Amino acid sequence: MTSVLVFALAGVGLIVLGFYALLVQRHLLRKVLAFNVISSGIFLLLAGLARRAPGAEPDPVPQAMVLTGIVVAVAATALALAMIQALRAATGRTWLGDDGDEE
Amino acid sequence: MPMPLSGAEWAAALVFVPLLAALACFLVPRAANWLGLLAATLILFATLGLVRGLLGDGPLRVAVGAWAAPLGIDLVADGLSAVLLLMTALVGLGVSAFAPAYFAEHSEQRRWFWPLWLLLWTALNGLYLAADLFNLYVMLELLGLSAAALTALSGSATALNAAMRYLFVSLLGSAAYLLGVALLYHGYGTVDMVLLGERLEAGAVASAALLAMVAGLLLKTALWPFHFWLAPAHGSAPAPVSALLSALVIKASFYLLLRLWLALFSGLAGLLPTLLPELLGLLGAAAILWGSVQALRQRRLKLLIAYSTVAQVGYLFLAFPLTGVQAGEIAWRAVLYLALAHGLAKAAMFLSAGGLLRFAGHDRIADLDRAAQRLPLTLTAFVLGGVSIMGLPPSGGFIGKWLLLEAAFTQGRWGLALVVLVGGILAAGYVFKVIGYAFTATKIAQEGEAVPLAMQWSALLLAFGAILLGFAAPWFWPLLEVGAPFAAPLAEIGTEAIAEVGAVSEAAP
Amino acid sequence: MTPTIEATMPANAWLPLLVLASSLLPGLVIFFLAERRYWTRTLLNLTGALIKLALVSAMLWGVFHQQQYEANLPLLPGLDLVLRVRPLSLLFLVLSAGLWLLTTLYAIGYLEDSPNRSRFFGFFSLCVTATVGVAMAGNLLTFLLFFELLTLTTYPLVVHRGTEEARRAGQVYLAHTVIAGALLLAGTVWLYTLVGTLTFATRGFVADAVDSHRWSLVAIFVLLIIGVGVKAALVPLHSWLPRAMVAPAPVSALLHAVAVVKAGAFGIVLIVYDVFGVEVAAELGVTGPLALVAAFTILYGSTRALFQDDLKRRLAFSTVSQVSYIVLGVAIVGPLATVGGLVHLVHQGVMKITLFFCAGNLAETLGIHKVSEMNGVGQRMPWTMVAFTIGVFGMIGLPPMAGFISKWYLGLGGLEAGVHWPLFVLAGSSLLNAAYFLPILYRAWFREPPAAWPEERDFGAQETAWLLLLPTLITAALSLLMGLFASMPFTPLEWARLIAEREFYRP
Repeated sequence: MTSVLVFALAGVGLIVLGFYALLVQRHLLRKVLAFNVISSGIFLLLAGLARRAPGAEPDPVPQAMVLTGIVVAVAATALALAMIQALRAATGRTWLGDDGDEE
Repeated sequence: MPMPLSGAEWAAALVFVPLLAALACFLVPRAANWLGLLAATLILFATLGLVRGLLGDGPLRVAVGAWAAPLGIDLVADGLSAVLLLMTALVGLGVSAFAPAYFAEHSEQRRWFWPLWLLLWTALNGLYLAADLFNLYVMLELLGLSAAALTALSGSATALNAAMRYLFVSLLGSAAYLLGVALLYHGYGTVDMVLLGERLEAGAVASAALLAMVAGLLLKTALWPFHFWLAPAHGSAPAPVSALLSALVIKASFYLLLRLWLALFSGLAGLLPTLLPELLGLLGAAAILWGSVQALRQRRLKLLIAYSTVAQVGYLFLAFPLTGVQAGEIAWRAVLYLALAHGLAKAAMFLSAGGLLRFAGHDRIADLDRAAQRLPLTLTAFVLGGVSIMGLPPSGGFIGKWLLLEAAFTQGRWGLALVVLVGGILAAGYVFKVIGYAFTATKIAQEGEAVPLAMQWSALLLAFGAILLGFAAPWFWPLLEVGAPFAAPLAEIGTEAIAEVGAVSEAAP
Repeated sequence: MTPTIEATMPANAWLPLLVLASSLLPGLVIFFLAERRYWTRTLLNLTGALIKLALVSAMLWGVFHQQQYEANLPLLPGLDLVLRVRPLSLLFLVLSAGLWLLTTLYAIGYLEDSPNRSRFFGFFSLCVTATVGVAMAGNLLTFLLFFELLTLTTYPLVVHRGTEEARRAGQVYLAHTVIAGALLLAGTVWLYTLVGTLTFATRGFVADAVDSHRWSLVAIFVLLIIGVGVKAALVPLHSWLPRAMVAPAPVSALLHAVAVVKAGAFGIVLIVYDVFGVEVAAELGVTGPLALVAAFTILYGSTRALFQDDLKRRLAFSTVSQVSYIVLGVAIVGPLATVGGLVHLVHQGVMKITLFFCAGNLAETLGIHKVSEMNGVGQRMPWTMVAFTIGVFGMIGLPPMAGFISKWYLGLGGLEAGVHWPLFVLAGSSLLNAAYFLPILYRAWFREPPAAWPEERDFGAQETAWLLLLPTLITAALSLLMGLFASMPFTPLEWARLIAEREFYRP
């Protein structure tokens, strides 16, 4: 088993796990965490698959991309957390309601 | 008049003006109204400068700060991007003119509206100018985050709930897109669209990447059955935000999908690239019918307009099964025209809904009570926008619909033609439902609050734009031709057609 | 005479545009006028109407002397908006421009002191703009554009009263016209993809495709005819028309005589003659069924009219019947029938508008809405009832009224084409016309008036407001004169003959 394959499988595993949790978990904080797991999986895939020939120098471009991606994910997480707080302050809930029941 | 700046500088200005203005509005909230309007005017000016440059010099490619790809960032522009930039500039100016009067009664929202909206604008312009898949991802995320934050602006429980859901959908969509980017980079070692177009081959990697990216973008474009998040989000946001979301934001993800399709995937052979267009057309047809019927059933004006967007998104996807054979290019032009017309018309409709909401204090359709007489300018804006949505002549929507029908009839796709026509009839149904009540007196006469003229005229001018677009086709074709974005993909014309990467737009392959 | 339409005179683009502008611009200005600006509004309305009439007269003279009037605007690749004034256009133009002036006068009198007049007259003007656009359309795309514009601009007039009943009538009107519009659009695009042009031409422009696309062309013909047939109120597409009677009387007059129904009938004329060409249509075998639909509509409309007590509804069903005379004349392949159908386009308009004006006068002055309330009304309103009587005689087709001329040519046309059944349809319809109109006259002139009218208004020495009476008397006089002097130059009959000679059956 090559290291590329290990990275790839681990990345895909994280993505699937995160996606499952995003669908199943009701609490919004857990959904945010699930989204972060998905992101990590994709970053792993991006960085891990970059070295396409064994022993070759790692390609720097995906590293830069992953760094940017992490920044984006942090920003998204911050926004999501702020909105969860606001939603809890407005409704007392920490999960998504049916749209329209708050009319 | 000699142009002081070149196309490249205009393109850079299109990204930096809204970005700097967003920072300025954040730092100096008191001057935000003026700063925002100034930025909007400058952006329109820069867009016109870019269009002029494109018409004169052909497609554009700039390495920002003289850093070349892959580590630097390139900006590219051709006819397709120019047309969407132009729509963004016009709708953006209209909404920016509407916003000060609207937010005068919601000053706590105004503080956040301007920085977020200008960030959104930065993302839109950046997305239309980006040359590589990763920058497109960054812009897509910036777009999604600012759009979700704008949706939550009113702070009501409904809005927060809708914004939260929108945020998750948006993040999931971008994640799927990024997954596709990772796969393509693994397979071909580049994210530049031109290079990828040259190197891409049919196979497992390309198919997986295609599926992931298309799925993510469909989610963001709210194509049926991924539309579930759209109506609550667009219906509960403040009116100017609804206008931006419906008119501009979903167009951005559609543009990205179209770009990927034209530059990368339409030339691939294999099972997936032949079945996918049919599937997209089918989903589009379902969206038109389902969205229109839902719109007919709504009792609240903003929700009606939001479901109309679900239906109109469907039209954009009818082109996919119609391209690739004869008269295919007509179908692309048709959907592009429909997208433009929908942008102007839907913005006008949401802004007039905002006017009516201010006027009556509610947006229940059955209680509009002679609004046609009491608030004529706003109602006219709604009706003219509706005319374009229905596709009645003369309007931009009519031109798009005509071209789409022409493509469908030429290829003998009767089913698609039928869907286009039925969608138009249903659209007339929901638009005239509103108009009918606006002419009718209710049993108890309603009180009306004064609506500032800036709010009424900005909606009306956008609606006029949607109508005038019906006469603008002869002027649009030359611009759309710049860089031949709809030309046959690389696999069909052969690699020798690409002479110099730097001189050719990324859409040409 | 055997002149050609491809005249040598330079094309004049301005007159058609000015004809459009003469109602468009006043209409747009009127929207912004305050309710109380009565005189400004009236001045704008009448100036616009008079200018339009003058321009149309100038073009009438010009076209008679081989001038050509054409304006183009590129709209789509390979497809322009084209306004072109031909003899056929002028028939409809003169009718709508002339009747618009009279209807405007009438509406000014009718709507005195009622709310929302600026909105009303604004849409009124836009509606006429769309109508003259339909008349001047030089290709099917232009026709479609103005035809749809007509739907949009008449809707606010139908729902003008703002009642729940008006709203529902408006929904029915729209449901019919929008679906029809979609079919018209489908037929138009389909035709364009088959033959690559949409420009109206003498004897049609589809002849080359007959051999290769016979059944497609038949399907397109059906689509197009249904598309315009709704506005022409062909049975079974007519049910919006009686319902739309909730609108104010001037609107009914406009719908029935000037704009909507007429535009539909004119559309059928264009499709049969200038899109397909009547001989090609006959070869495709579509004129026969069209004639049958027209005949059925004539008899059905008349029969339904018998049973209506509401005066305006009775008139509405009478319109359903009478408009199909035009369709019948078009669908019978022969020059005399063509003349009969075309001349009825004008004759029916003038006669029917007289009847609607009278109905409006009765409603406004005495509050009479039903036939059963009309006992002895001839004593109270003699002038109105004289006009009504002239209109009724014309409808029945008694000589020397205008209606007689139409029926004479239709009958002759049928014989010339070798078919006899139109004669029976015409005779039967005339009997039915008499059966539903003559009892009204009997009541009005020979019964004793009731002690009190339903809702009487006082106009001093006059029987009603002079603005209501004057247009009524003018149109009544016209329907008599057009019959009496049918053979003089520039009468509708002579003009219809000119069209038939120039455009359809050139020897």
